[in-house]
Amino acid sequence: MLHAPGIMVPMTVTNTDPRASSANGSPLAVQLTGVSKNFGHVRAVTNVSLQIASGEIVAILGPNGAGKTSTIDIILGLSEPSSGQVSVLGLQPRQAISRGLISAVMQTGGLLKDLTVRETVEYMGSLYARSQPVSEVLSGAGITEIADRRVGKCSGGEQQRLRFALALLSDPELLILDEPTTGMDVEGRRNFWAAIRKDAEQGRTVLFATHYLEEADAYADRIVLLRHGSVVADGTAAEIKAMAAGRTVRATLAEASEAVLRTIPGAESVEVRGETVLVHSNDSDAVARYLLTQTAAKDLEITARGIEDAFLALTGDDTVASTGAI
Amino acid sequence: MSTVPSTMAADISARRVPGLGGFNFTALKLEIRRLTRNRRTVIISIVVPVVFFLLFGLNKAYAGQSAGPGAHGNVSAFVMISLALYGAVLSTTFCGAMVSIERAQGWSRQLRLTPLSPVAYIIIKIMTALVLGFCSVCAVYIAGIVTHKPSMSVGLWIGTGFSVWIGSLLFAAFGLFLGYLLPAENVMQLLGLILALLSFAGGLFIPVSQYAHVVQEIAKWTPLYGLNQLVHTPLLGTGVDWTWVVNVAAWLILFAGGAVWRMRKDTARV
Repeated sequence: MLHAPGIMVPMTVTNTDPRASSANGSPLAVQLTGVSKNFGHVRAVTNVSLQIASGEIVAILGPNGAGKTSTIDIILGLSEPSSGQVSVLGLQPRQAISRGLISAVMQTGGLLKDLTVRETVEYMGSLYARSQPVSEVLSGAGITEIADRRVGKCSGGEQQRLRFALALLSDPELLILDEPTTGMDVEGRRNFWAAIRKDAEQGRTVLFATHYLEEADAYADRIVLLRHGSVVADGTAAEIKAMAAGRTVRATLAEASEAVLRTIPGAESVEVRGETVLVHSNDSDAVARYLLTQTAAKDLEITARGIEDAFLALTGDDTVASTGAI
Repeated sequence: MSTVPSTMAADISARRVPGLGGFNFTALKLEIRRLTRNRRTVIISIVVPVVFFLLFGLNKAYAGQSAGPGAHGNVSAFVMISLALYGAVLSTTFCGAMVSIERAQGWSRQLRLTPLSPVAYIIIKIMTALVLGFCSVCAVYIAGIVTHKPSMSVGLWIGTGFSVWIGSLLFAAFGLFLGYLLPAENVMQLLGLILALLSFAGGLFIPVSQYAHVVQEIAKWTPLYGLNQLVHTPLLGTGVDWTWVVNVAAWLILFAGGAVWRMRKDTARV
């Protein structure tokens, strides 16, 4: 599962039939094969291949501009890939949508201010061949008591619960969440994810985009890391952390030269801030040994990287990690 | 990874696409209810034409004066038809242009994530526009009945009213086009102004024959001219000039084509 550029293992894309199936015969929830998307000269998505099996909870993680939204728009059929193939549950995105198989919760918007909460659910529900009863959906999302309130008068959290209710109306197989908790407070966020997890236990596939590391770490079975429109890592949170593993050695060293420090065996990246030097490495012992024996470095500190650093290492612009030396 | 329910494959094949592209009367009912909540639009589209009729259509001389040589009614009836058309056009344009607000609120994008087909959505919008247009035509015609000034046969009341109503479809397309083209802020005010200008040019307020020759020639190309001529034809008893039909058809193709073109491009996020 785990790969990074340079050591990228092509995923098993032997089956080029759009109705590609996973091992047990049911179609994959999402299959992207060599998908690219250009806007004029800008490449928003570059050769992304991704297979998501039914029932997985997958986070697409990346900084702003990494191509998360473009990728999601392609899966939702809102935009056509410039090249490559996309299939959702073995169907074209639009076919899957017209059967109520995909739903999406967007970050903002998507609601009419002059309808009430109940009317919004009724309206959306009326568009599917079959949908859950309005009263059940309202109570499931905990918005029965505000059902007669105009959407424009609802708080951000209430609107988000309404969006979630709308997304479940058609009982979709694939639920897509685009930065769903932006602007929520900590408790709102926790409740939201509790609801999603509970829902996913019934076998629904969940794909969410986020730039919150903790969110991807805490709630996804699998993280797909995007950078500049390409997949730079794909694996469990633990695997992602391991990829960017290594420690940071910090020392005080007068007149340090970055160029010299870069030659330390095992040094991944080097930073010099005045008299302080920071060297990231997979082999911190070697770096420490070098600094203590070959230079006048003192006050050594060795710290492990958290997922935050892993994320930065994998998505940042100026790290060796991103070019595949993990 | 949680386990895959064994029933899932069956679930997918059991999923149906809704009939009629998702068109249904619940959605239509809710669209009409939304309209009634938009008081300013309703007042402008229904009250303003009635007030204009009361101000300009009840001149004592109009009641006794034939609308033209060989006409089947009086000038008051002529003015009533013009102002009913004005009201219907305001109604359908405003309703069409409401997509601009829906786009700004991200609603049209959300709808694209449902089975509702763009064509079904447009049909719901057009039917909603026709409901308001119908109210607008009725309001002006009721003002005509109550004031006893317009005079024409029952058949002409019904025939001209129906023509005005159906003819206003052209402006539902116009409203949709501009609703997809323009940003939401001030789109309604802008449309009010454009419609006033088009109404003058089309001869809804002042007969085009009273303008200078150059203005008359230009007016013939404007989108309300042909329609205004056509809806008055039954009353005036004159024949239909083919240029009026061409005018309406050409503008309909332009507006409807423009609306479809913009709609296809409309997946923008908010």
